[in-house]
Amino acid sequence: MAPHDHEHDHGHGSELSEMQLRVRALETILSEKGYIDPAALDLIVEAYETRIGPHNGARAVAKAWADPDFRQRLLANATEAVGSLGHVSRVGDHLIAVENTPQRHNMIVCTLCSCYPWEVLGLPPVWYKSAPYRSRAVSDPRGVLADFGVTLPPETEIRVWDSTAETRFMVLPMRPTGTEGWSEERLAALVTRNAMIGTGLPKRPDEIAT
Amino acid sequence: MNGVHDMGGMHGFGTVKPEANEPVFHAPWEGRVLAMQRAMSYTGAWNIDMSRAAQEGLPPQVYLGVSYYKRWELGMEQNLLAKGFVSADELAAGHALHPPAPVKRTMTAADISAALTRGQYGRVPTAPARFTIGARVRAKNMHPPTHTRLPRYVRGHVGVIERIQGCHVFPDTVAIGAGENPQWLYTVVFDGRDLWGEGADPTVKVSVEAFEPYLESA
Repeated sequence: MAPHDHEHDHGHGSELSEMQLRVRALETILSEKGYIDPAALDLIVEAYETRIGPHNGARAVAKAWADPDFRQRLLANATEAVGSLGHVSRVGDHLIAVENTPQRHNMIVCTLCSCYPWEVLGLPPVWYKSAPYRSRAVSDPRGVLADFGVTLPPETEIRVWDSTAETRFMVLPMRPTGTEGWSEERLAALVTRNAMIGTGLPKRPDEIAT
Repeated sequence: MNGVHDMGGMHGFGTVKPEANEPVFHAPWEGRVLAMQRAMSYTGAWNIDMSRAAQEGLPPQVYLGVSYYKRWELGMEQNLLAKGFVSADELAAGHALHPPAPVKRTMTAADISAALTRGQYGRVPTAPARFTIGARVRAKNMHPPTHTRLPRYVRGHVGVIERIQGCHVFPDTVAIGAGENPQWLYTVVFDGRDLWGEGADPTVKVSVEAFEPYLESA
């Protein structure tokens, strides 16, 4: 079983056994009716647990840091640029990369639900889908950043992108100083999921074991 | 629909609490719900906006009171019942009791690559875009009781067209079975102080992705 088979309590712990039964029953009904094939479900779960995650986005960011041409392509058409890396699943329409600069910090949210660039970041974390984030990211983004321990200069523009359609956004964070000459592989280790959502910054070189 | 799902700017939900080393799923059933939703979409039973609409239509106290994937599961049950794929006695029994409704296709292991690829929502435009980059537009003061993707916090406010994203399937109609009705989609940027008042952080700008029918010239 998965490593998280033990019960977590996220304020909804009592749901667990009820939901195990309810979902198992639903899967039984849908399988018996021939709408779904449980073997296909296994593969979907496995893909999101093992292959589709923020390491894919980190690879694109690291390449953009190391390769100016790729950076241009990523910012001009992230669907094409990320698709050219040939990983996991093909990227759907309208992936958009937005670039952090000393003047502007970008942050991604979906106030209406949970829209998120699954292909490059995997499934969104619970906090991204939670009411505190969805309600405050647009009205108090600096307060949200403080929840993550991030403080930006007071003059930095904070640009929040609310994902209200089928366009999907990822942040291209600023390359940390002290990484001159690093390989893409080393750079990718600095790129966190939250840095690509805009609720975090990339790691500094001294924060990773080399 | 003016539901509790439309959370931008609401107060009282507290601070954001990131979880260290968060697993992809917190229980095996969550993954099954996600995969079932994918597999049922693949059959053509409903589209993504119908999925969203079903969740948004849950009673507010239910929407706020359950976990994310339970909300998915409840929305899926609603759609299965409403569209005649499953009946209430089957849900109660935990087994199929009636013949299946016809579906276009069933996802098998061989279809996984397609299943993991995002749908394509861009469409060939049938008319030129009404607004140009840099144009000032007002988000309409509209309150449809059905699914819409124009959040309340921008309605009535003036913003600037920053990007033209092409012509896309229109959620407001496709969610209610009234067709794709493709519309131009724009990134519209609003000043934080205009949205949140004079005392708001002057460095904040917020954009939404807005379909042309949501906008009027300002």
